[in-house]
Amino acid sequence: MAEETRNPDTFRAELREWLEANCPPSLRDGNNSMEAVCWGGRNWQFASEDQKLWLDRCVARGLTVPTWPRDYGGAGLSREEEKIFHDEMARINARYPLQSFGIWMLGPALLQFGTEAQKQHYLPPIARGEIRWCQGYSEPGAGSDLASVQTKCEDKGDHWLVNGQKIWTSYADKADAIFALVRSDREAAKHLGITFLLIDMDRPGVSTRPIKLISGMSPFCETFFDDVVVPKTDAGGIPAVVGEVNRGWDVAKYLLTHERTMISGMGGSAARPLGAVLQDDLGGVMDAVTRAAALKAEIDGLAFALTAERYKDMAEAGQGVGHASAMLKYVGTELNKDRHELLMSAGGSDALDWDGAFEARPADWLRTKANSIEGGTSEVMLGIVARRVLGLPG
Amino acid sequence: MATLVRTEEETLLADMARGFLDDTAPVSHLRALRDAGQTHDPALWHEMAQMGWAGVLVPESCGGSDMGHAAAGILAEAMGRTLVASPFLSSAVIAATALRQVSDSRATEALRRIAAGEATYALAVDEGRKFDPDAAQMPARRDGNSFRLSGSKTFVVDGGLADRLLVLARTENGLTLFDLPADRAGISRDKRAMIDSRDAARITFDAVEATGDDVLGSVDQAMTVLKPALEAGQAALAAEMAGLAAGAFGMTVGYLKERKQFGVLIGQFQALQHRAADLWCQTEVTASAIAHAGRMLDADPQNTTLAVSLAKARATETAKQAVIEGVQMHGGIGMTDAFDMGFYMKRARVGAEWLGDYGYHAERVAALRGF
Repeated sequence: MAEETRNPDTFRAELREWLEANCPPSLRDGNNSMEAVCWGGRNWQFASEDQKLWLDRCVARGLTVPTWPRDYGGAGLSREEEKIFHDEMARINARYPLQSFGIWMLGPALLQFGTEAQKQHYLPPIARGEIRWCQGYSEPGAGSDLASVQTKCEDKGDHWLVNGQKIWTSYADKADAIFALVRSDREAAKHLGITFLLIDMDRPGVSTRPIKLISGMSPFCETFFDDVVVPKTDAGGIPAVVGEVNRGWDVAKYLLTHERTMISGMGGSAARPLGAVLQDDLGGVMDAVTRAAALKAEIDGLAFALTAERYKDMAEAGQGVGHASAMLKYVGTELNKDRHELLMSAGGSDALDWDGAFEARPADWLRTKANSIEGGTSEVMLGIVARRVLGLPG
Repeated sequence: MATLVRTEEETLLADMARGFLDDTAPVSHLRALRDAGQTHDPALWHEMAQMGWAGVLVPESCGGSDMGHAAAGILAEAMGRTLVASPFLSSAVIAATALRQVSDSRATEALRRIAAGEATYALAVDEGRKFDPDAAQMPARRDGNSFRLSGSKTFVVDGGLADRLLVLARTENGLTLFDLPADRAGISRDKRAMIDSRDAARITFDAVEATGDDVLGSVDQAMTVLKPALEAGQAALAAEMAGLAAGAFGMTVGYLKERKQFGVLIGQFQALQHRAADLWCQTEVTASAIAHAGRMLDADPQNTTLAVSLAKARATETAKQAVIEGVQMHGGIGMTDAFDMGFYMKRARVGAEWLGDYGYHAERVAALRGF
């Protein structure tokens, strides 16, 4: 999506200078955890003046969504420039200015399936951190079998009427709007009666309830829709449906690929050498068995990081990645679980303390167990690889 | 550095190599060699040389095609798929890389002969069961203006037939690499029957005379020449093993789609589907490490140890998984000599040991990653 050709060295030099001058020192601690980075949205409370300043400065340069076209609030960076951007951010340990499901999920869906009017309307506020979206996919009866969603969406002429329940909606209680998969045709085959619908969380009849997890955290909610009226188009004539009515599964499948790629990278398998973490932060007491397991995890983590890079290169080269994203999701999440098991083991009894100030945090360890469930379980991923990639019989 | 995706040129090279080897050297070719008691097909090597494969790392000024390490990996991978037996790794990769570190006229001539397919090389490093070049003990004692090499080397791959030997020996203040004709007086070669049906020998050196001209590089400085050669060989061997894994896996997936039991295709069973899928995932991850090693060897040759050891460690594990699952999923037929899977399993075991096993390369990763 490069909009012009730039010399990569010049680009790097200019970017480095800009980052040095503009990234507040307090945000150069490399903490890119979900708790530390700004999510944006109508109700966002900035954690510090610096957090707001950093967001504003990045928004002005399109750097909250570096690869999006400039027309939609991005910086129009090519893949190579994006790599340079991440390199240079990492060089000064900069926190990212903004994270959101709008950036990760809805934006890519709109760029692929949205009308020009939808892109103009929805993308810039996401890029500026003015709106916080959440994802309404899973239901109590539709987990791994996502295409069996039952949340009812009835055509009432000028509006849609939505009734039903979503579950595992990340941060729904903090979101301004939701993109949801709803059942718009009950007669059609299950993949062909789903619509991808945008709903404002402020609409009467929408309510949320956080779910407390084993980690003690509540990143997920149940979300209820009780006779929710969604106008087919808003005051500006922008449609609430992305893609075609009843063809929401196409959008969902495309987005699941994105989500899987994203989840696969959680925890950054190659972020810090495991040996260094175990030795320096956790006291360096490693028996031969733990050391061997950690070394294997290190090797596999490094090779996996190269694989994520290779797949991005393939996508950039126009080689479809498609179902193979299930591989990234499966391998990445299983490795992340291994990594945290090792950290806990090395942390010993210190790591059993909720507030133990160690690299091994029990809440993180517990959180990783969801990685191989959310966005499609490891077993679903293996099934996709077996049937879609290897062509094994169903 | 170039991306980890194959360029158009590289894809063409891979397709061409696979097409040629599928026709000329399928697994049945190795089987025929074995059944005839042979370990090598000189005519096949001659054809490879004519296509520029023997000179893949030889400068064009010496008659080579100089395609680089990523390309050498692509050729090695294609050879791995059908278990091609050839001196490619020993001569075209390891010896050529060693000789390239030296810029005298003798090395230039040696490179020309490798590229032309006129001379083959073998690397004599190992003295014990495990690869450990730094610990080589075989002495090369000063004797006037020359050296005398006495001792023995084991697991000299391609050493039974090679025209020349690169021999690692201990000199006064370090290790020295000698480039000797295999028929030099005092050298005796004991060809061993290896499980992969390929050429390997134990070689005994009985006061073998070597002059200063036989030293490759500098006395006591073997690693200056040998380290790049070993890393090139390790990366290419990793690529060969990835090809081997892909070849074995292709057979296995094919079988899952045709074999019926309990009235259904066995590929419908989820237990087998998930294991096959996991194996495919592992081959993809390994492929990335191999592509990266090739790129690093071409782009940043001073800084390749981590990339190479990562590739060799991963390839060793993936090839092992591919052949174990290959036999298991084929069931009884996988255990028969008439079926090809056994050839893959035996080559995977040899490849696992040659130039450093999983533990050797894992320790190198450990040293570079703060363990």
